Order: sequence, then structure tokens, then C-alpha cells
Amino acid sequence: MNIPFIQFNKFGIMISSCLLMVTLISLLFKGLNLGLDFTGGISLEVKYEQKADLERIRNSISKIENSNFVVLNYGSDNSVLIKFQSDEELSINAQTVIDQLSADNYLGTVEKSETIFPQIGEELRDQGGIAILVAMLVILVYIIFRFQIKFGYGAIAALFHDVLIILGIFSVFNLTFDLSVLAALLAVVGYSLNDSIVVSDRIRENFLDENKKGSSEVLLNDSLNQVFARTIITSFTTLLVLIALLVAGGEALKNFSLALAAGVLVGSYSSIFIVVRVLIMTGLSKKDMEKPKNEPEESYTLD
Amino acid sequence: MNKYKVWQIALIYSVLVFGIIFALPNFFPSKPAIQIAFGDSLRAANTNIVNDLSSELNEKNVNFTEIDFADNSAKIIFEDVGDQLAARRVLSSYSDGEFIIALNSEPSTPEWLNSIGGKPINLGLDLAGGIHFLLEVDTNRYSAERLSSEGASIIDELSTRNINANYTSSNESINISFRNFNDLSSGRDYLDQNNFTTSGTKYNILQNDNDLELQYTDNYLSEIVDYAVEQNLVALRNRVNELGVSEPIVQREGKGRIVVELPGVQDSASAKKIIGKTANLEFRLEARPTDSFLRKEKFDYKNSLGTSAFLEKVVIITGDNVTNAQSSFDESGRPQVNINLDIDGGRSMQNATKDNIGRRLGVVLVEEKTRTFFDENDNVLQESYTEKNVISNATIQAALGTAFRITGLSSSYEASELALLLRAGALAAPMKFVEEQTIGPTLGQDNIDKGLNSVIVGFILVFIFMLIRYRLFGFAANIALISNLVLVTAIMSLVGATLTLPGIAGIVLTVGMAVDANVLIFARISEELKANVEVQNAIKNGFSKAFSTIIDANITTLLVAVILYSIGTGPIKGFAVTLSIGIITSVFTAIFVTRSLVNFIYGYRQIKDLKV
Repeated sequence: MNIPFIQFNKFGIMISSCLLMVTLISLLFKGLNLGLDFTGGISLEVKYEQKADLERIRNSISKIENSNFVVLNYGSDNSVLIKFQSDEELSINAQTVIDQLSADNYLGTVEKSETIFPQIGEELRDQGGIAILVAMLVILVYIIFRFQIKFGYGAIAALFHDVLIILGIFSVFNLTFDLSVLAALLAVVGYSLNDSIVVSDRIRENFLDENKKGSSEVLLNDSLNQVFARTIITSFTTLLVLIALLVAGGEALKNFSLALAAGVLVGSYSSIFIVVRVLIMTGLSKKDMEKPKNEPEESYTLD
Repeated sequence: MNKYKVWQIALIYSVLVFGIIFALPNFFPSKPAIQIAFGDSLRAANTNIVNDLSSELNEKNVNFTEIDFADNSAKIIFEDVGDQLAARRVLSSYSDGEFIIALNSEPSTPEWLNSIGGKPINLGLDLAGGIHFLLEVDTNRYSAERLSSEGASIIDELSTRNINANYTSSNESINISFRNFNDLSSGRDYLDQNNFTTSGTKYNILQNDNDLELQYTDNYLSEIVDYAVEQNLVALRNRVNELGVSEPIVQREGKGRIVVELPGVQDSASAKKIIGKTANLEFRLEARPTDSFLRKEKFDYKNSLGTSAFLEKVVIITGDNVTNAQSSFDESGRPQVNINLDIDGGRSMQNATKDNIGRRLGVVLVEEKTRTFFDENDNVLQESYTEKNVISNATIQAALGTAFRITGLSSSYEASELALLLRAGALAAPMKFVEEQTIGPTLGQDNIDKGLNSVIVGFILVFIFMLIRYRLFGFAANIALISNLVLVTAIMSLVGATLTLPGIAGIVLTVGMAVDANVLIFARISEELKANVEVQNAIKNGFSKAFSTIIDANITTLLVAVILYSIGTGPIKGFAVTLSIGIITSVFTAIFVTRSLVNFIYGYRQIKDLKV
């Protein structure tokens, strides 16, 4: 089996460019539907014995001043999610809602309640961004140390690509981006990296092999063919578990497993297309591999 | 031939046996239990509380198997969850918000496992249910209070030097107005001489006209906030321990925040009442009848309605200087409270009391409270307010130092309550709640069931796929995968890591990576076989060639996990913990356990033809 990946590469880059374009436009004009964790606010999950009367709940809590609650079913007809997102200082808390509902004699079982003050959300947002950037930096250093700086560029480009596209999916489909999705995004960083490294490792091996002749493109194409079966099988098995999580994991894990599943697909794709694209663009050749690291003349490749 | 040496096999399997033993406690079903923490409740003093509780439960026809009382808390064990929930309803109405009821479970780990340190995994709040609070030091109010008190004592000091001045204070600065320029310059001299602490300058002093404005330097402010958080941490920890809830978490988060987690506790209002009892203490001299109203303040007594006392505005020390307080009895058997202060506190106390023997020293309890009330349209309204009451106003018998006592209390109950307030009620700085979360017990159980089910389903699918695709090799990989799960469980149980919902997801990710390692190995073996390498060599080369790829991929992911752990909070941390542990164990199982099984299957004989 010999798939001409390098020939497909332009096609792949076109798809990626389109996706990234859509992502950037959506992020710029629509933004992310940030969850309570990041904005601050109040949320409650209340369960009733029978079908919940949403109108009655709305009427009751509309009496609470300075608030604008959203009331909707959550998971089933009996369960209700009461949510108030606010990035201004809160004068009320979840207990206020509980008190109001019980004053109006319509309080079910409170399954979960949360009050998050806005400054916490803001800090978490910054923290998440910093976490991803620090992770990328450390990875870059590790790859430069273990491989060669061009592989580092490839892996980081793939990471940016994957993280952006997932953000794009969450923005375009208006899915809630909360802390658990952030955790998933960070896991995608890990997964995407795993893929990029497996591919890079194979490329390095072929470029180092004295017996392998041929142009850089042929060597790159051979390497991709060699790891292709592995990429498909690994993505497939990981997806099996993630789909199980998506179907049976319940509401709490829905967006999390969705982000991860998307990340696995995009991550495998980017390891084949983006990493290789960057290696072609930076002109990876057998010469690069001769003196892998710590050589002064290496520094001009930084340009 | 592919063989591991005997010691290698012994090492691999002893690790697995170790894993199985320490994972074992998780498989003994735990019994539903209720823990009742009495805090400073009056009824805790009642030694027959166990009888009261059991007769209350019997009366309401709730079955239980065991009831115990120890360390100011009671534990009741039930046969099933239905009884547990019924008992909670009965006991909540019996408690009437006075004590804290926590639903938890009593592990039924056998004695021999316990004795070698075996215990089940700690479940996070999202799985076990419970309450999570995040408190933050209210820096504005804290500096406002300090500045106000410091302003008063500066004026006092100035007046002993015959300098007349007035002051006002805000949460940012003290403004001292002098009558004329002469007073101002001598006042300024005094302030400049005393404007330092152990670590540098205390105030930035600005001059406009005949006024001096004193602002804390950034350095000093961050120093006192830091100190206050550390002190508050200790106070909150004491308070939570006095509650007696099992496995609580009280830890510092970031610069000015403290996380409190109470697993199993459901009653947010009463937990908040006790944990969030943001009380502080102020020791002030009783004002002289001749003092002007500018220098004194009126406070009501906490326990006897309608009586009040005038105390000076200058605060000598606050609760953060109290290091310990115990109730005991004096020589003639009357109740008293012994108080210990830190060195700074002792010095201030001595300076303030040495010339004032015979006057009274008042202890003021400062409480942060929230009022919920209904207006005429049944709308719920809330407001927070500060309540200051005198809890003790005793005559100074001698100059007081770092250790002194308060006598003349009316009962031993009053003494122990005062000691508790002095000890646990002393927060160095006022705190406010910035995050509260309550997770119900059924939701937690639901999360466990769903998470567990999906992991099991996912595993079975992966097992089937691996068996079909790789046959005997797939079997070896599956065994390695199971070993991986066992090891993750064992290590998490052993080191006391907390399993959360994102943590379960982290395990799922490591399963993916563990499978990946084996797929990489098998793909290499298959390549070698295609290149007509002899079977045993092909297996050997396959493992060794895949090794560096696997290590590189896992080390980078481990780096990510470590960064997540150090930067992230809450759910992200939970995810990072299982991911890190999972990566380490999966490298071990995917390489060594799989290898030992493959050796066992193929390594001891000649094989002519092998397909992967």
C-alpha cells in the first residue's frame, strides 16, 4: 500500500485553511459560549417528582431582583436547570433561588447548586490560556532537544491547528465552553502531540537511515505510509472509548467527550498533513539530521 | 529466543501483585453512613446524645445497624441508602440547623488490608456529593479596619507628645489633620521615626496643606494579606476540625483565597453558618466616663440583651494574635479561660495594660452575617451586615503579657464557648465567599454510575477490537490494559489522590495511549516480519524500535499533565492527576507486561510463520 500523501497535502491544507478561516471569523464575531465557570453567575439543577412546570418556576424566580434567570429542562422532563450568567458583581446567591422557590412552594430536590463570583471566572480564563501556552513552550523545548527545531515548528503548528479548530467547533455550534471542555482541550494538546511525535519519530528514523535514498518528499511519503495503519487503529480505539463516554457518560461529560473526540480526529489528521507541510516548507533534508543538536551553525535555521 | 530473566519476571509480577492488593479495597462494598458533627452546639454537651438520636430514629421507624459517638461527632451506619436518606430527613428536622449532617460511607475494608495501608480511593465532590466553598480575604475591609485602628492609636501617641490632631480613615489611607504647620512637622518627625516594620517601610506619607495622608506601601499590604491568609487557613482548619466532618479539605489557593471542601455535607446553610462564621475578635480597653464620644464606641453585650458598654476606639490586638485558648478552672474551682498570644500581641497587650491596671478590658466579637428577608410581595432579599458584641469585659488585675486568663465567667459552658470563639472564631482578616457549590448525593452516585459504565463499555469494545485485529498479541495487550487499570486504581488509593469526573476522563485518555503503545509495537513487529526477519528477532526488534517513540510521546504528554497540575485548579487538577499516574503505569504495562506475555506465548519455542 502506498498512498501519495504528499500529493494530497495541498488538498488537506486547503481544507485546513477553510476550517481555520471559519474558526477565526466565528471566534471574532460570535465568540465562545462561555460556561458559568468562566463568567461567574448562579446555577442550580433541581429535580421534581413529576414533569416540572417551567412557567411556575420562571414566575417564582422572576421576583428576585437584579437577575435574569434562564430556566430549561436538563436531561429529562423532571429535571430543570436554572441559570443566571453574569459578569457583574453578584448581590444574590443560589440560596436566594432556593428560598424563593420554597417560599412559593415549588422546590424540588436540589441536585446541584453553584454560585461563582465573576472575578473567579475571569482568572480561570486567563489561567487556562496560560496553561496552554506554557505547555506549548515546554513541548517546543523538549522537541528541539530530542529532535530538531523544524519538528518543533511542525508539532506546534499542529497543536495550534487542533486547538483552534476545536474552539471553532464550539463557537460555530454554540456549545457551552466550560472548565471540563478546557480540560479536554488540554488533553487534545497531549493527544495531538502524541500523534505528531509518532510521525516525527518515523520521519527522523528514515532521514537518518543511510540506506534510504530518494528526495525528502519520497522519504516523508514513505514515513507517512509506515505510520498510517497505526494512526488509524489508535484513533479508532480511542474513539471507541470516547463514543461510549459520549453516549453513556451523561450530560456532565457530553461536551467534554465531544471536544476530545473532535480532538482525536483533528489531531490524527494534522499529524499527517500539518506536521509534514511544515517540514516541507522549512525544507527538512537529510543534512538537517546529520548534526542533530547543540551545533552553532544550526542557529541559522531559525530564520 | 525471547525470554525475560527470572528476576525481571519476578519484578514485573510483583508490581502487579502489589497493584492487585492495593486496588482490592475498592471492591469491598461500603456501607451508607451518616456523620453528625455537633460543632459548638449546646446539645453536644449532652452525653446522652446517642440515646436521643437512636430513640428519635426508632420513633420514626428508621432502621440502622450501628451508632457511635467520638470526638464531638456521631456516626450512624445503615443497611441501605433508603434508610440513610430517611434518617437524614428525620435528623435534619431534629437538628433544626444546629449541627451538621454529612452523608458518607463506611468502607468495609478487611482488617488485614487496613493494617498494610489499604484503603479505597477518595472520591471528589462531583462523585461523592458535598459542599465546596471558596473564600477570599476581603482586602478592602481588612485594610479599612486596620487603618481605622492605627489612626486612633497614632492620634493617642501624638497627644502624649502634646500634638493635637484629628484623623479620618478610608480603606486606602489615614488622613491626619493638624492645627498648624508646627504640629504637622513634629507629627511628621514622629511618624517618620516609626514608619517601618521588620521588612521595610509601612506607609507612603503624602503631605497636603496641614494634612498628612498615610497609605500602606504595596509591599506592606501584600505582606499583611499573606499573613492574614495563613492565619485564616489555620483558623478555618481548626473550625472545620471542630466540625468533625471526615476527609475535609482546607487549603490555600493562589494569593488570597482558601478552598474548603466538605464531602457528604448537604446542608449548605448551616455549614456556611459555622464555616463562614467570619468572626473576629478585638481587645479594647473600656472607655473612661470622661472620654469624648470621638474616642469611644458603644457595644451591646452578646448574651444579656439590653446591656451595653463603652469601649475605646483603639484596638489593642485582634483575634489573629491569639495562638491558643482553653477553658479550665481556677484555684477555687470557678470557670476561666486561659489565653495565649503571639509575641507581637503580647507586646501590644503589655504596653496597653501596664498603666491601666484596674480598668476593664473588653473582648468584642465581630461577626459577618447575611440576613434573608421577604418584602411585602414575597420577594426574597438579602443583605450582609456586621455585628459587633461584647463577649467579655473583665477587670485588668496585672499587666498582661503573652499568657493571661479571663475569670469571673458564669458557667463552664460559657467558658468553653468563649474559648472556642477565641480559638476558632479568630480570623485574622474578614473573608467573603466567592464560590459555593453543593452537589447532591444522588447526582454524585449518578455520575459514578455513568462514568463507570461508559468506561466499561469502552473497554469491552476496545478488547473485542484488539482480539479480532491482533489475536494472541491482542490478548496480551488486553491483559496489559487491565493491569494498567489495576495499577492506576492501586496508586490512586495508596497515595490518597482524589478521583473526580474529569479524572475518569483522564483514565480514558491513558487507555487510548496505552493501546497506542501496543499498536506501535505490533506494527513494528509486522514490518519486521514483512522484511523477512526471523520471528524471534522480529519480536525483539519490534519492541526495541517502538520503545523510543513510545517514550517520547509519553514524556511530552506527561509534561503537559504536570503543567496542568501546577497551573490548573479543581477539575483540571483532577484530570492531570489521573493522566500523570495513567501515563506512567501505561508505559510500564504496555511495554513490560505485554512483552512478558508475548515472551510467554511465543518466546520459548521455534516459530516459523507468524502474522501480526
